[in-house]
Amino acid sequence: MEDNSQQQDTSTVKPPVTSVGAIGWVRTNLFNGPFNSLLTLGVLYLLWISVPPFVRWAFVDSVWMTDYMACRNIDGACWSVIPANLRFIIFGFYPHDLQWRPLLAMIILVVMLFYSQDRKRWKKSLLYLWGVALVIMGLLMKGGVPGLTPVESSQWGGLPLTLLLSVFGLASAYPVGIILALGRQSKMPVIKSLCVVYIELIRGVPLISLLFMSSVVFPLFLPEGVTVNAILRAQVAIIMFTAAYIAEVVRGGLQGMNKGQYEAADALGLNYFQTMRLIILPQALKIVIPPSVSILISAFKDTSLVVIIALYDLLKTTQSTLSDPKWMGFSAEAYIFVALIYFVCCFFMSNYSRRLEQELNTDL
Amino acid sequence: MNENTQTANIEVEQNSDIIQITDMHKWYGDFHVLKNITLQVKKQERIVICGPSGSGKSTLIRCINRLEEHQKGKIVVDGIELTNDLKNIEKIRAEVGMVFQHFNLFPHLTILDNLTLGPIWVRKTPRAEAEDTAMYYLEKVRIAEQAKKYPGQLSGGQQQRVAIARSLCMKPNVMLFDEPTSALDPEMVKEVLDVMISLANDGMTMIVVSHEMGFARSVAHRVLFMDYGEIVEGNTPQAFFDNPQHDRTKLFLSQILD
Ligand SMILES: Nc1ncnc2c1ncn2[C@@H]1O[C@H](COP(=O)(O)OP(=O)(O)O)[C@@H](O)[C@H]1O
Ligand SMILES: [Mg+2]
Repeated sequence: MEDNSQQQDTSTVKPPVTSVGAIGWVRTNLFNGPFNSLLTLGVLYLLWISVPPFVRWAFVDSVWMTDYMACRNIDGACWSVIPANLRFIIFGFYPHDLQWRPLLAMIILVVMLFYSQDRKRWKKSLLYLWGVALVIMGLLMKGGVPGLTPVESSQWGGLPLTLLLSVFGLASAYPVGIILALGRQSKMPVIKSLCVVYIELIRGVPLISLLFMSSVVFPLFLPEGVTVNAILRAQVAIIMFTAAYIAEVVRGGLQGMNKGQYEAADALGLNYFQTMRLIILPQALKIVIPPSVSILISAFKDTSLVVIIALYDLLKTTQSTLSDPKWMGFSAEAYIFVALIYFVCCFFMSNYSRRLEQELNTDL
Repeated sequence: MNENTQTANIEVEQNSDIIQITDMHKWYGDFHVLKNITLQVKKQERIVICGPSGSGKSTLIRCINRLEEHQKGKIVVDGIELTNDLKNIEKIRAEVGMVFQHFNLFPHLTILDNLTLGPIWVRKTPRAEAEDTAMYYLEKVRIAEQAKKYPGQLSGGQQQRVAIARSLCMKPNVMLFDEPTSALDPEMVKEVLDVMISLANDGMTMIVVSHEMGFARSVAHRVLFMDYGEIVEGNTPQAFFDNPQHDRTKLFLSQILD
C-alpha cells in the first residue's frame, strides 16, 4: 500500500487504488495491522460456529403454525407456541370476545403517538386531541357505558397493560421530574431540601421495593374498606421512581446552562416561570435528550417488574403460557417473541429521540 | 470625588433625573466592590464609564436593573425605588434595556422570536404587532434579512446588533451597555458602534461601559472613570481626556491610549 502511494504522482487527486472499492474497505477496516487481522479472524470464527446453527434452528428445522403435538419430534424452533397462544400473551385474562376493545385502544394509542411525532403539530389542539383519545381508550378498556360491557381492571393484562403502565408512567414522570429538578435548584431552603430528600430516598431503593410497598405497605394506611386499584398503585410507584431519575438528569441540563441566558431573560423583565418555560427548559431539556431517553427506555423495560405484585403484564402472560403443560419447554421461542416486542418499542424511542435532537439543533 | 459627576455641565432636553443613585454600596461577601456611589443620570443623557478591569463597572450598571442587589444606599429608576419588591423589579427591567458583552441571545429561538419574546410575554403585545415592531428595529440595525435565522448562524457583530434590537423592542427609557464591543473581532466593532451612535442621535438615554475612547469622545455627554469600586472622576469628554484631574485617571488614560 505504501509502495503504491509513493509511486503516485503527487498532483493526482484520486486516492491510492488500494483504499477504494470493496477490497480497499476490507483492508483498511478489517486487516490493518496484525492485531486487527487476528480480531477479524476470531470474530469470523465465532460467527461461523454460531450463526448457521441458529439459522437452522430458527428457520430451517422450525415449525410455525402447528399444534403442540407436532413440536414434540423436531430439532428446530417451535414458533407455533406464539400463534397458538397469541391472544393470551397479548391480552391476558381480558374476556375473549371483548378483546377487540383493547386492540382498538392500542391502535388508537399507536396512531396518536405517530401523529404526535411531528413537531409542527405540537399545539394546544394536540393536547385536547390526546384528552379525547384518552377518554376513548379508557372507555374501551373499562366499558360500563351503554353498549360496552364493564371489564374489571383486574382482568386487564398483557401488552395493553404494559403500554398503559409505561406510556402514562413515562409521560407523567417527565413533568414530575422537571418540577423536582427545579425544586432542587430553588433558593427556598424548605423546597430545596424536600426535593433533595425525595430524590435521594427514591434513588436509594430498588423499584421492586417501591412496588412491594405500594401493594403491601400502602394499603395498611388506608381506612377500612377503601381500596386503591392495583394497577394505579403500580403506576404511581413507577412514576415516583422514574421521576427521581429524570430529575437528576434534568438538573444536569440546568447546570449546563449559561448564566447569560438567565441574565438576558431577567433583563427583559421575564418572571421566573416565563424564564424557565421559554428560555431555560427548552435548552436544558434539549441537552439532556440522550440521557433522558436512556432512563425512559430502562423504565419501560422495568415495567415488567410489576409481575411481582401479581399484575399480568406482557412478560407474565408469556410466562403463564409456558407453564401450560402442552407448551412447556418452548420458552426460548416465546421469550424471543416478547423480546422483539420490547425491542421494537425501545428502538422506536431511541430512533425518535435522535431525530428530535437533529430537528432541535439550531447552532448550525 | 462625586462633585464632578454631580456638577457635570450638559445640555439635555429635560432636566429630570431618570436614574438617581445615592450613597450606594455593594459587597460580595466581605469584598467591598462598590463604594459610596452617587450618580444622577438625566433623560437623554449619555454616559460612558471606563476603568480598569475588576473596578466594578459591570457591577454598577447591573445594579441599575437589579441583576445585582445593592446592600446600602438608594437607587431610583424612573421614579421607582429598587427594593426587594419583585413587581417593581420586573417593571424596571422592562423599562431598562441591557446589552451584554457576550450578546446572550436565545440560541433556540429565531432572530425574530428573540425580538418578540419580551413584548409578547412581558408587555402582552399581540404577536402581529410585536413582529411589526421587531422588523422595524431589525431594519434599523440593518439586519432584517436575517429574521428567520438562528443566532448561531450570525457573526458576532450581527448578533450584537440583534441584541440591541431585542432590547429596543421593549421600548426602554434607558439602555445599559456592558462592554458591547469587547468580545467582537476588530472588523465588527464599527458596525455595532454605528448602531449605538444612531441610537444616541434618536435621543436614547444610555449608560455605556466601554473602552472605545473615540466613541466616548464623540457621543458621551459625560465620561466617568472608575477604580477600586469608586467613581474617581467624571467630566465632559473634552475635559476628561484633555485635562484629567486624578493621577489614577492619567495613568489609566496613558495605558489605554497607547
Ligand atoms: N458574583 C461575584 N462574586 C464575587 N465577586 C465578584 C462577583 N462578580 C464580580 N466580582 C468581583 O467584583 C469586582 C468587580 O467586578 P466587575 O464589576 O465585573 O468589574 P469590571 O466590569 O469593572 O471589570 C471584581 O474584582 C470581580 O472579581
Ligand atoms: Mg465588566
